[in-house]
Amino acid sequence: MSQPESRIRILTSGIIKENPTLVLMIGLCPTLATTMSARDGLGMAAAAGFVLIGSNLVVSAARRLVPDAVRIPIFIIIISTFVTIIDYVMQAYQPSLYKVLGVFVPLIVVNCIILGRAEAFAYRRGVLDSLLDAVGKTLGFALVLFVMGALRELIGSGTFFGRPVLPSTYRAAPMLFMLFPPGAFFLIGILKALVNKSGIGK
Amino acid sequence: MNPAKIFLGAFLVNNILLMRFIGLCPFFGVSSSVSTSVGMSAAVLFVMLLAAWVSWLLYHLLLVPFGLVFLRTAVFILVIAALVQFVEMFLKRYARALYSALGIYLPLITTNCAILGVTFLNIDYKFSLLQATIFALGTAAGFALAIVLFAAIRERLDDAPITPALRGYPIAFIGASLVSLAFLGFSALFGIN
Repeated sequence: MSQPESRIRILTSGIIKENPTLVLMIGLCPTLATTMSARDGLGMAAAAGFVLIGSNLVVSAARRLVPDAVRIPIFIIIISTFVTIIDYVMQAYQPSLYKVLGVFVPLIVVNCIILGRAEAFAYRRGVLDSLLDAVGKTLGFALVLFVMGALRELIGSGTFFGRPVLPSTYRAAPMLFMLFPPGAFFLIGILKALVNKSGIGK
Repeated sequence: MNPAKIFLGAFLVNNILLMRFIGLCPFFGVSSSVSTSVGMSAAVLFVMLLAAWVSWLLYHLLLVPFGLVFLRTAVFILVIAALVQFVEMFLKRYARALYSALGIYLPLITTNCAILGVTFLNIDYKFSLLQATIFALGTAAGFALAIVLFAAIRERLDDAPITPALRGYPIAFIGASLVSLAFLGFSALFGIN
C-alpha cells in the first residue's frame, strides 16, 4: 500500500495528467474570474489550496467517525469552516487582494475540486495520502491560474506581477480585450486546445 | 438604487455567466441542447428566488441580531442544500408535472455557485428584501438568456467542420468568448457599471 512510487504518483498526478482545471474541467469559475493578473491568480489558488488541504486532512482523519448517509453535509461543514477562516484572514491581512477576489472567496465552498476530492479520495484514504493528493491538486490548479493570470496580464497590460516588461509603446495601447471576460474565455479555449493536441489525459 | 437599474444590471450589464463568471458548470454542462438549457433555467429561477428570500431573512433576522455573521458561508450553503431537497420532495408529492419537467435539474442546483453567489451578493450590496428579489429575478433571467443563446450556438457547432484539437470544450470556450464580447457592449448602458 505505501510504496514510495505510488506516493509520488499521488502527488504528481494532479499537476499535469489529472489537472483539475484543464483535464477534468472543474473549478472553472475562479479560473476565469480571478486571473486578471498573475498575482490575483496565485492569490486565488493559495486560498483554494488552503481550503483543499485543510478539508482533505480533516475528512481523511475523521473518515471512520463519519456515517456514510450524512457524509456530504459533514464534508460541506468541514469545507465551509476552512472557507470562513481564509475569508477572514484575507480580509484582515490582504485587503487589496480580497477586494479583487470578492465573492469568489466565500464561493470556494462550492468549488467542485474540493468536495470532489473529499468524496473521491480523502474519505477512502489515509491522512498522508490525502495530504499529498491535496498538495498535488493545488499545484495543478495554481499552475493553470498562474499561466492564465500571467498571460492575461502580459497581453492585457504589458506587465508581469505589476512590473512593466513590454515596451512603453505597447503599454500605452495594450490589447485590453484580454483583461475583459471575453479574453478569459478565449485564452482558456486556446489552452484547452493545446492540452487536447498534446494528448494529456487520454 | 432604482429597481429597473438593478434588474437590467443583473440581466445584461453584469450577466452572471458571461461577465461575472459565476455558475459556469451548468453553462458548459447542460448547454448542449436548447430544451435542456430551458429546463435548467426554469429550475434556477425557481430556486434562486426561494434561496434569495430564505437567506436574506435568515441573515437579517437571525445572524445579524445574534452576532453570528461569521457563520454566513456555512449557514447559506446548508440552507440551500436543504431547501433544494425540500423543494424536490414537495414537487414530487404535489406538482407532478413541474417535477417531471425540473426534477433532474434540481439536485445539480445544490452545488450551483450561481445560487449561492446571488445570496452573498445580496448581502454584500446591502439590498433590501424587495431589491434582493429584483436582483434574483434579473440574475435568473440573465442566466436563462445566456445559456439558451449559447445552447443554440452549440447545436450548430456540432455539425460544423472543426479541427479535432478544437472540438468540444475549446470551441465552446471560444464561442462563449464571442457571446461574452457581445454582452460587453452592454457595459455602461443606462449608466450601470
